[in-house]
Amino acid sequence: MKLSGLEPLILNENSNFINVGERTNVAGSRKFLRLVKEEKFDEALDIARHQVDGGAQIIDINMDDGLIDGKEAMVRFLNLIAAEPDICRVPIMIDSSKWEIIEAGLQVVQGKCVVNSISLKEGEEKFIWEAKQIKRYGAAVIVMAFDEVGQADNYERRLEIAERSYRVLVDKVGFPSEDIIFDLNIFPVATGMEEHRKNAIDFIEATRWVRQNLPNVSVSGGVSNVSFSFRGNDGVREAMHSVFLYHAIQAGMNMGIVNPALLEVYDDIPKDLLEHVEDVILDRRDDATERLLDFAETVKGSKVEKGLDLSWRENALQDRITHALVKGIDAYIVEDVEQARQESAKPIEVIEGHLMIGMNVVGDLFGAGKMFLPQVVKSARVMKKAVAYLNPFIEAEKGEKQEALGKVLMATVKGDVHDIGKNIVSVVLGCNNYEIVDLGVMVPPERIIEMAKKENVDVIGLSGLITPSLDEMVYLAKEMERQNFKVPLLIGGATTSKAHTAVKIDTQYKNAVVHVNDASRAVTVVGDLLNKKTAHEYTAKLKKDYDEFRNKFLKRGKEKSYISINEARRKKFKIDWESTEIIKPKELGVQILKQLSLKELLPFIDWSPFFRSWDLHGKFPNILTDDVVGEQATQLYEDAQEMINQIVAKQLLKPKAVFGLFEANSINDDDISIQKKGKEVAVFRTLRQQLKKREGIPNHALADFVAPKETGKTDYMGAFCVGIFGAQELATFYKDKDDDYNAIMAQAIADRFAEAFAEYLHKQVRMKHWGYAANEDLSNEDLIKESYKGIRPAPGYPACPDHLEKETIWQLLNVEKLIGVTLTESLAMWPAAAVSGYYFGNPEAKYFGLGKITDDQVTDFASRKGIPKDKARKWLHPTLAEE
Amino acid sequence: MSNIQQVLQDRILVLDGAMGTMLQAYKFSEEDFRGERFKDYPTPLQGNNDLLSITQPEAIKTIHGKYFEAGADIVETNTFSGTTIAMADYQMEDLVYELNYESAKIAKEVANKFTAKEPDKPRFVAGSIGPTNRTASMSPDVNDPGYRAVTFDELRIAYKQQVEALIDGGVDLLLVETVFDTLNAKAALFAIEEVKEEKQIDIPIMLSGTITDASGRTLSGQTAEAFLISVSHIPLLSVGFNCALGANLLQPHLEAIAPKTDFAISAHPNAGLPNAFGEYDETPEEMGAQIEEYLKKDLINIIGGCCGTSPEHIRVIADIAAKYKPRPSAALNKVEEFL
Repeated sequence: MKLSGLEPLILNENSNFINVGERTNVAGSRKFLRLVKEEKFDEALDIARHQVDGGAQIIDINMDDGLIDGKEAMVRFLNLIAAEPDICRVPIMIDSSKWEIIEAGLQVVQGKCVVNSISLKEGEEKFIWEAKQIKRYGAAVIVMAFDEVGQADNYERRLEIAERSYRVLVDKVGFPSEDIIFDLNIFPVATGMEEHRKNAIDFIEATRWVRQNLPNVSVSGGVSNVSFSFRGNDGVREAMHSVFLYHAIQAGMNMGIVNPALLEVYDDIPKDLLEHVEDVILDRRDDATERLLDFAETVKGSKVEKGLDLSWRENALQDRITHALVKGIDAYIVEDVEQARQESAKPIEVIEGHLMIGMNVVGDLFGAGKMFLPQVVKSARVMKKAVAYLNPFIEAEKGEKQEALGKVLMATVKGDVHDIGKNIVSVVLGCNNYEIVDLGVMVPPERIIEMAKKENVDVIGLSGLITPSLDEMVYLAKEMERQNFKVPLLIGGATTSKAHTAVKIDTQYKNAVVHVNDASRAVTVVGDLLNKKTAHEYTAKLKKDYDEFRNKFLKRGKEKSYISINEARRKKFKIDWESTEIIKPKELGVQILKQLSLKELLPFIDWSPFFRSWDLHGKFPNILTDDVVGEQATQLYEDAQEMINQIVAKQLLKPKAVFGLFEANSINDDDISIQKKGKEVAVFRTLRQQLKKREGIPNHALADFVAPKETGKTDYMGAFCVGIFGAQELATFYKDKDDDYNAIMAQAIADRFAEAFAEYLHKQVRMKHWGYAANEDLSNEDLIKESYKGIRPAPGYPACPDHLEKETIWQLLNVEKLIGVTLTESLAMWPAAAVSGYYFGNPEAKYFGLGKITDDQVTDFASRKGIPKDKARKWLHPTLAEE
Repeated sequence: MSNIQQVLQDRILVLDGAMGTMLQAYKFSEEDFRGERFKDYPTPLQGNNDLLSITQPEAIKTIHGKYFEAGADIVETNTFSGTTIAMADYQMEDLVYELNYESAKIAKEVANKFTAKEPDKPRFVAGSIGPTNRTASMSPDVNDPGYRAVTFDELRIAYKQQVEALIDGGVDLLLVETVFDTLNAKAALFAIEEVKEEKQIDIPIMLSGTITDASGRTLSGQTAEAFLISVSHIPLLSVGFNCALGANLLQPHLEAIAPKTDFAISAHPNAGLPNAFGEYDETPEEMGAQIEEYLKKDLINIIGGCCGTSPEHIRVIADIAAKYKPRPSAALNKVEEFL
């Protein structure tokens, strides 16, 4: 195989193993993700440069993350790399699960790169098409051992898929065989599961077969997976990686992702360890796993004596308090604080002295990226417990209360109910000695203003998750300006962005406005804003920064062009209704589901977003073994499991759902008429993409997935709402006990249950109630990757960003009456852990992003819906293209 | 018509020399460039050499004829700047199809005449495809290295128009030349593949990069070998270098790629480096002696001239080329098996 950056890279029989650098991967590197999110591309380039300097011969670049525009980030980063000869001398590996990102990457790289990856997962047709394009762009390709049935997990399946992929590529596409790289799936061994025993040896033997039988190809893989079950024991992991690589390379593996820091020299592995590890990797003994586990205890060293190590109790008092705060251990804090109180002149000195010294250590570690959010929240729990113990003594003395650094008002804006992020920021600020005035959720602007004045706060922080909240924030900034406020305004929450803050909010308020989307930054930002010496200068700097950012943003001239709504309709996505099979639902009408056990939902939980809500970034389960956050992620996961067990055993949360399946036809291109026995009972208004696209690429609207009335065929669609009740009560219960860690945990878990419930219900509908996919057999991973047939788009999300249609769903399904989920004035759902949406069953229905729309569609939408244009504009505002 | 692959196995083919240098001798005025048809055109047109295929077709035909007479097997169409992107300078985007079509047609007319006279020495027309005046992998703005003045898709669409017109006009092969940014070339190759598929035809492609300075790299920073690897995904008739350097400075780069590819190798260097007045003054004999070095080393299958070369240069080069065997090429041998 020959690849090129500015310089050639040639792989042949005599080449050494090629090491692929993977730190420039948002899924693998938390730091890289953060830099990309914050658009700190200079520092992101440093990571790439560091990889190349460190010996990476190819750099893998991946921008697949829900919160960044992957295509734009990929293009921007590759363009910047192209200007750095010391980086782009090596070939690029364009890594994405999305074809559009891959293609965008291929269009900006002059050298011959590697595409990572394609597979037969979605069938031969797509595979062939993508391979053909890749060939035309002049790139090599990684082919995953994955087909329509699933991922290859044994020797035979690896061979079967590799051979079939090879034949299709070589015979049907004419793909050069030397440009094919197989990723044969490296899975963990020594997990204790019988079926995992052969995972390593199957990979090694499959590699041998592939290299011998499929001429000219290469074999690659991510090595650290193999030692997954020994996370926390680097000694054993290093040995496992070396042994695995030693044998895999002999079998013909010639490239891969290896963390050089986690690699022992094969010859340096102690004989006894080597023997035990090889027994496991090569599956040489029935009891290999047990023997290695026993042996591993002796290799462990002192790293992981979870909680059992009490030697820190022998240390001096201050060290013990600091240790308890840093480690989040609350078992002895009262005891230690009491001793400190007796040794101090006044109880307040314990807070100002012992406890603050400890919290400063926490703050420093957090600031340096050596502690993570879940740990800090646990530290706060210990701190609160200590303060709660001391307070009665302080009051008894009528001593002065401890002086806080400042007072911060926190609120989730009117109409919005989401507050996990806000709570986390409150906790982190709180444990950095700021006094928090938390007004909760759905706080009207008048109340924020009133309380800010009454409490004489120093900072106001606003949070929101749904798009209408953005307008609320703008309104509040205007109000603050009108009423001559001077205090800084912090903006945060999933839907907010630096761009929106700079363009829409900053311009309304003359004083400081800062977008803070990660709790670790909140402390330094508030510190800088309130520091009397530097505040003025810092504010001026902020204003200037936002001003520049705004100008740059407005000028960046994406030059996207749009077509009229009429033309977009002519280019609609066309399904051949003559030949498509319409399956009538087995059960038409509305049904409710209230008696479901939470246990049923457990297998449907998607864990990756859970970690994200704690600022830990990475894909589950890999995140548990991540070099940087793995240990914390594992701890967090274990705590979550513990709480889930409680919740399930005591039924602390209650899932409820309502859904309905109806006769439906699309009418007037973009509307969907819902009928009961032929009589129209509701109309869904869908929005159509207006971005100008390449010839032959359709402009989608959800209505395209339902047969038009003119076809004379009766088609069907559905709608649903699921809600998890009880999270608020549970969170309050913990909050009252000063346990913010578990309060936030309860909310995050409820959110996961809601998503899992939506997934569960969709599956039930596909297989049973509608029944068009009665024989479906998909793993949870497939569900997360949306491999199923038919879709369940939700209002407020990319395919239908208008929240307004929720009202139609509520009326059609009688949601509020039947299960009690309500809508706020901003159309957020309450309880917050809820999901609602549509069901489309046509096999050609797929998720898409609406993108921006133009004014003509707004006019049209308003008249179709029979609402004033102003109202339509207000709700569609975030999706309007800049005029 | 004989197949160019077959001919390439038997002998070294000779490509023509400079078009621009020859046209300079005519000293065409603004009015000459405009002709009757464009006399009221809103932009100045002097210097738009491609336009002369329409306004001064006789001059173009005469130059093609002179090169064939001198011994060239292949002449290039007068279409180096025939894309909407390059023609934007003259606001002549709408004329792109006609310019390419007419240029191809008149070159083919001349070629046919010569082939009819000497059936043993068939003459070919290569559709010249220049790099445009924009780069897809470099920023023109030093303060914003991530900026690009042109995208892959814009190039692909522009090249596609040019290629379709050249093929409709009757060219025998395509020559993507003076590649200073490999990504531009990849867009051209992508476009050609699309046209081939849509028209259900096959047409040989020559690809020629340019190495601009002593660093031995393309303008976009690639080494000769990296450049070769980056364009080898498309079955090419030949790959090589042209322009920028004179024949002697080009030699190490030809040596770098010749052993590493199965494609034929082409070279059409300038007549030396430009002097203080921007003129090329290497004589035909001097240039011929340099080129003979290539041939002695078995480096070449197609040889010609770029800036500053004249029919005299081509005559000398053709005479020398006739004395040598072509470089053995695996790809061409495969053609033989196939035939």
